Amino acid sequence: MLELFLSACVLLGGFFAFIAGLGLLRLPDVLIRMHATTKAGTLASGLIMLAVAAGIGDAPTIARAVLIVVFLLITAPVAAHMIGRAAFRSGVPLWAPTKVDPTAAAKLGVAPRHEAGPKP
Amino acid sequence: MNEAVTTPMIESMPILAFAVQAAFVMVMAGVVLSFLRLVKGPSLPDRVVALDTMTVLIVAFCGLFVFESGSTAFLDVAVVLALIGFLATVALARFIERKTIAPTPVEKEHPDA
Repeated sequence: MLELFLSACVLLGGFFAFIAGLGLLRLPDVLIRMHATTKAGTLASGLIMLAVAAGIGDAPTIARAVLIVVFLLITAPVAAHMIGRAAFRSGVPLWAPTKVDPTAAAKLGVAPRHEAGPKP
Repeated sequence: MNEAVTTPMIESMPILAFAVQAAFVMVMAGVVLSFLRLVKGPSLPDRVVALDTMTVLIVAFCGLFVFESGSTAFLDVAVVLALIGFLATVALARFIERKTIAPTPVEKEHPDA
């Protein structure tokens, strides 16, 4: 029973890791890619750390696994927010159907879009 | 640390051994796809997102390797990797933001950014 639970957690973790990579490669826009990768990558690491904590089962291992999961859950939204803000302010071209508030540049205090210089 | 390398627990669990191998393949496929985005990413934020994703996936890889090897020392590697990855992401985001918006005249009217 424990073996089946561990196998399910490990396989789901691997599946979500693959989904994170696939979304990062295939989605059209840096903000949408960021949505795919932060959620799926954190979920993959969390499931695999759950399997490690349940499988090994002694106190130091559980403590470190919980530490890793809590740290990822705290830092992943902060990092994603900072990259998204930097990408928006630096004028990265967005997907064509994306609607942006026309006064957003003035509200954020940044230069208007597509004037931030050519991208390599 | 004081932990010894014990017998890997997958030797008594054949289904878990197969699941760990399959998960290794999928996690490495995710890392390879992220690396492709890192190579061809059209802008600098794309590359930073790809690097962040690779760090999180390598943390998952360290968790799988605990099952494979039986040594829990790889959890220390995962803790440090999560910490370093977060610091690198924050530093690169600050770098992108400062590099692109500092010279614009609009910035001087709103110095609170």
